[in-house]
Amino acid sequence: MEQEKKTPILKIEDLKISFTQYDRGMHQTELPVIRSLDVEVCAGEMVAVVGSSGSGKSLLAHGVMGVLPYNASMEGRITYRGEALTEERLRKLRGREIVLVPQSIAYLNPLMKIGSQICKGKKDEAKKRKLRDIFTRYHLKPEVEELYPFELSGGMNRRILISTALIEEPLLVIADEPTPGLDLRMAKRAMEHFRELADLGAAVLVITHDLELALETADRVAVFYAGTTVEEARVSDFASEETLRHPYTKALWRAMPKNGFQFIRGSQPYVKDLPEGCPFAPRCDRCTEKCREGKIPFREVRGGRVRCLDAEERQGEA
Amino acid sequence: MDGRWMICLLKNLLRVFLLLTAVSIVTFWLMKSSPVDPLQANVGQAALGSMSREQVAKLEEYWGVHTPPVEQYLSWAKDFVRGDMGISLLYRQPVTRVIGAKLANSLFLMIFAWVISGILGFALGAAAGMNQGKPVDKLVKGYCLLVSSTPAFWLALLLLMVFGVWLKWFPIGLSVPIGMEAEGVTLADRLYHAVLPALTLSITGVSNIALHTREKMIDICGSDYMLFARMRGERGWRLFKHYGFRNVLLPAITLHFASISEIFGGSVLVEQVFSYPGLGQAAVAAGLGSDLPLLMAITIVSALFVFGGNMVANILYGVVDPRIRRGGAAK
Repeated sequence: MEQEKKTPILKIEDLKISFTQYDRGMHQTELPVIRSLDVEVCAGEMVAVVGSSGSGKSLLAHGVMGVLPYNASMEGRITYRGEALTEERLRKLRGREIVLVPQSIAYLNPLMKIGSQICKGKKDEAKKRKLRDIFTRYHLKPEVEELYPFELSGGMNRRILISTALIEEPLLVIADEPTPGLDLRMAKRAMEHFRELADLGAAVLVITHDLELALETADRVAVFYAGTTVEEARVSDFASEETLRHPYTKALWRAMPKNGFQFIRGSQPYVKDLPEGCPFAPRCDRCTEKCREGKIPFREVRGGRVRCLDAEERQGEA
Repeated sequence: MDGRWMICLLKNLLRVFLLLTAVSIVTFWLMKSSPVDPLQANVGQAALGSMSREQVAKLEEYWGVHTPPVEQYLSWAKDFVRGDMGISLLYRQPVTRVIGAKLANSLFLMIFAWVISGILGFALGAAAGMNQGKPVDKLVKGYCLLVSSTPAFWLALLLLMVFGVWLKWFPIGLSVPIGMEAEGVTLADRLYHAVLPALTLSITGVSNIALHTREKMIDICGSDYMLFARMRGERGWRLFKHYGFRNVLLPAITLHFASISEIFGGSVLVEQVFSYPGLGQAAVAAGLGSDLPLLMAITIVSALFVFGGNMVANILYGVVDPRIRRGGAAK
C-alpha cells in the first residue's frame, strides 16, 4: 500500500529556529527553540504536527510564513513545489497560494468589518461573489460581512478565520492551533473544515496539541518533541503501539484514554537545558550511550520516518 | 438612548463645575499667598514713598489688600456666576473685553500650532513606527528627542535671532507693525507677525505627538493582527492604510486633544519671548501685577479649553471606534 512518491507541496528539512537573547548584561545566548524539524505535505493531504505546548509548534508556522521576530534566525531547507522557498518567492505567494489560518480572532483587525477584512479591502465583483459563496458554504448570514470582529459570536469565529484562507486560491494551508479552548464537538467541526480543504486538493498542515483529534482527521502525523520531529507516521500506524516507531510516540499512544491513560515520568526539557543527542533520552527506558552523543539522523523506517537509533532494531518485532 | 445622553451631559456639567471651583480656589489661594505686593509692583517703591497716607489707603483699597480672602473670593465668585468677570485692575477695562482681544490673538497661534503639530506629528510618528529601526525611524526619533529636550523659549529666541535679527525675514515681535494705526492693520500684517511664534509652538508640539504616535504604532506593529496581515501578503502602504492607520488613529486623536493643554502652556513662554500680546502674555502680566480678576478669568478660560479638548476626544472616540459605538448600542 505504499503511496506513490509525488513531489510534496511543502517540504521542510532540518529546520532550525533560534532566538538571540541577552542574559546578564551584554552576554548573548542562542536559544534554539526549534532544533531539527522535518515534515512534508502533499497536495490533497492533511498532515498534523502534534506536540505539547512549549515544543515550538507555532514558531514553525511563523517561520514558514516568513514573519519571525527580528531577533530570531532560521536555518534549514524549506522547499515549496520542488523549489526552494526564498524570501522573494514567499513574498509573492504569501497570502495567495500559501495561507495561514490563525488561532483566534485576536488576529483580525479590530477596526475593519469582516467582509472587507476577508477580502483584504478589495471591492471588485469577483471577490464579493466569492465571499458570498464561501458564506453560503459555511452557513454564515450575509449580515456578518458588516460586523466587526468583536461582534462575532464564538460559533462563527472558526468559520470566519477559515474564510480568510478560502477567499484566496490556496495550494498550501497552514492551520495554527485551530482548536484551542473549543469543546469537543466544535473542535471536531474545525478540524473537519481543514479536512475539506485537503479534499478540495490543497496541502494542509495543521499544527495542534490534540493528538486524538488529529488522528480522526489527518492522513499523517508528525510528532514534535522539544523542538525536534521525532517521528512522522501514517494515521493508520497509530492503530497499535507496535506499528509506531519512536518511544515518545509510543508513550503518547499509551497516554491516550482508550489505550490505558498511562503517563511517563519527567517533563519536556526547557530549550536551554536540552541534552546532547536525543532530546527524549532522559525519559527513555531504551536509551543507550550512543543516544546521548551527536545528532540522531531522521531515517525511513517501515514507511514512516523516525529520529531514534533504537527503532531499526525493533523493526523485526513489529 | 436619549436618557443616556442626558446622564452623560449632566455628568460632564457636574465635572466641569467641580473642576472650575477647584481651579478658581487654588488660583485664588496661590495669588493671595504670593509674595508680590500689588502696590509695589504696580505703583513702584519711589512713587509710593512720595504719596500721602490717604492716597496709599485708596490704592490699597483698589487692590484689595485688606479685604479678607474668603470674603474677596466669595464676592468674586458671586459676580462670576452671574457672568460678570469684573474689571481688570491693570488694563482698567472689563475682563471680558481684555480676554476677548487677547484670545483672538492667541487663538490663531494656537490653532495653527495645534493643526500643524497634529498633522506633521502624526505623519512623522506613523512613518517612524511602521519602519522601526530603519533610517526614517532614526531620523524622526533623533529630531524629536532633540526638539523635546530643547526649551520652547530657547527655541523661540533662536528663531528670533536667525529669522528676525539676522535674516530680517520676519518681525522681531508684537502682533502688528509698530507705529501703525489699528485701522490700517491688515490680516496679512497679523499673519506675518504670527509666523515665528506659531512656528516655535509647532516645532515643539510636533515632537511630542510624533513620539507618542510612534510608540503606539510600534505596539500595533507587534500585534497579532498586524502579524496576520503580513502573513496574508499585505505590506507597505496597504498594510498601513488598512491596519496601521485605523488603529493608530484612535489613540492619536485622544492624544492630540489632550495636547491642547501643552500648547496653552507653551504659548505663555513663546508669547513672552516674541512680546506677542496674547493670552499667555496677559497671564504673566496679571500674575506679576496681582491683577486678580484677570488672572482668575484667564485660568478659568484655559481650564475650560483643556476640559473641552478632553471631552471632544472622548466623544470622538465613541464616534470613531466601532467597539464603543456599536458595543454601547447593543447593550
